[in-house]
Amino acid sequence: MIYTNGEGVTLKEVIMQYSEIVMEHFKNPHNIGTMENPDGVGQVGNPVCGDMMKIMIKVKDDKIDDIKFETFGCGAAIAVSSMVTDMAKGKTIEEAMHITNKSVADQLGGLPKNKMHCSNLGADALHKAIQDYLDRKEGRVRRRPDEELEHISSHDKHCYCPYCDYDQPEQVAHCVRCGKPTVEHDHD
Amino acid sequence: METIYFDHISGTTIHPEVKKTMINYINEHYGNPVSQHQLGDAASAALEAARQQVARLINAQPGEIVFTSGGTESVNHAIKGVAMATHDKGKHIITSNIEHQSVSKSLRMLMRMGYRVTSLSVDKYGVVNPKDVERAITKETVLVTIMHANNEIGTLEPIAEIGKITREKGVIFHTDAIASVGVIPFDVDEMGADLVSMAANQFYGPSGVGALYIRPKTRILPIIEGGMQENGQRAGSENMVGIIGMGKAAELAKREMPERIKHLSQLRQAWIERLTTIEAIDINGHPTNCLPHLVSFSVNFVEGESMILMLDEKGICASTRSACASGSLRASHVLIATGCDYAAAQGTLIFSFGITNTMEELDKAIAVLKDSVVFLRNMSPLYKKRAAS
Repeated sequence: MIYTNGEGVTLKEVIMQYSEIVMEHFKNPHNIGTMENPDGVGQVGNPVCGDMMKIMIKVKDDKIDDIKFETFGCGAAIAVSSMVTDMAKGKTIEEAMHITNKSVADQLGGLPKNKMHCSNLGADALHKAIQDYLDRKEGRVRRRPDEELEHISSHDKHCYCPYCDYDQPEQVAHCVRCGKPTVEHDHD
Repeated sequence: METIYFDHISGTTIHPEVKKTMINYINEHYGNPVSQHQLGDAASAALEAARQQVARLINAQPGEIVFTSGGTESVNHAIKGVAMATHDKGKHIITSNIEHQSVSKSLRMLMRMGYRVTSLSVDKYGVVNPKDVERAITKETVLVTIMHANNEIGTLEPIAEIGKITREKGVIFHTDAIASVGVIPFDVDEMGADLVSMAANQFYGPSGVGALYIRPKTRILPIIEGGMQENGQRAGSENMVGIIGMGKAAELAKREMPERIKHLSQLRQAWIERLTTIEAIDINGHPTNCLPHLVSFSVNFVEGESMILMLDEKGICASTRSACASGSLRASHVLIATGCDYAAAQGTLIFSFGITNTMEELDKAIAVLKDSVVFLRNMSPLYKKRAAS
């Protein structure tokens, strides 16, 4: 039996807060996989944080001709990967750089507040892949294949809010912006 | 779509006989047990009968049982109630690293008020060493609080040994036995516990009702003040329907326990055997000294919440402790305390079985789990990395 709040909204919908678009992209993600000789690779997150995303691009005539992703993460992270790769495909480099975490979340019909953090990786991974492509084009030193990719997190060693993604100025138990419990990095 | 429920540790189904008893009660009774008239007397008699049923389940006397609003309240009562009653003796409490949040957060609050808390580490199975408890006790120690069965990995703690130590040292001992009472035998005298927290929704009773066992002469104050209900230990009109349900559930649990344990152990064993057909899965917790109905396992290279979503799509209800699925976005403190790798902790699922589950349900679930794991590993950079190396 599904319980409702009397307005036709099931409690499960209220609790889960994953939109239909998110669930559709989660169940049938687009652009999964790897590619031979990508022109740019961007990897963000790490398994310790619960999410890791890798985006590979092929560029032709300054446009993203092909794009693939691999993701370790929750439902939101997978849906974000699928959506951000869809959005970037066929776009010029300039246009793709204008895709933001927010625009990805908006295209997904919104994300639950406490999922903004783990889903912020999407545009970060895309931008990193583009940066990698630009670096290679300019002949900058390329990363060794075995080199560990750095963990990009604006929250590294900071106390931050997992709900609104705000970096706290100091160690506090509750977010100074939205009042929800924060994640402190120095102890449990 | 058929629903397969493997999340009994979050709350069991309600036994049909319990349901019937509760409905009968609510149809016929509405008196308040404290009232001095016939309706009050009827309610009072029903209340005391339920108290006796719960007492029998743990080999206690009815007068030692205080009904609460559930396991969390019982734990809060035990910890804060003892602290308030003994603050003149000392301000040191001993606990473990794998307790439920109702314990750890109650202690955190006391720490803000100047209490010192020693939190003991556990071995790789999540077992506390009783010798560590003995070493940690000081003249200032007023309470030892260690859980009986861990709700995430199912490991049983050496409560009887710890109880012996606390008795010798004259320290009050509380055990959070919420995951075990009603599931496996629990005897308050054998365990040597002064305070025992329990909840009806772990043994086919309703949610929102629990009990705290209080050994006579234990120094403890109520945390909810008001009328003289529950022997002065818990004010407020009783949740009669819930309590009646808990009593019936306790009676059934005591009577049916051997058969239930046999059935649940078979399911547990069968599930572990089925899990071995998927590569790179680790089983967490103690392999033998554990709850009969719970399996915690880590599926390497994938994340827990995405597996739960896929299982749920196919009607299978289970639980995860991945950081992403938790409100706090932290990996399970229990798994980390047992030395589990952070990445593996993210892919941890908890399957907890109930008396109505069947082998056929396990077969359906393993097929769905396999598909989900293949699907998610196929897109996991960690899995690809491993395959390449």
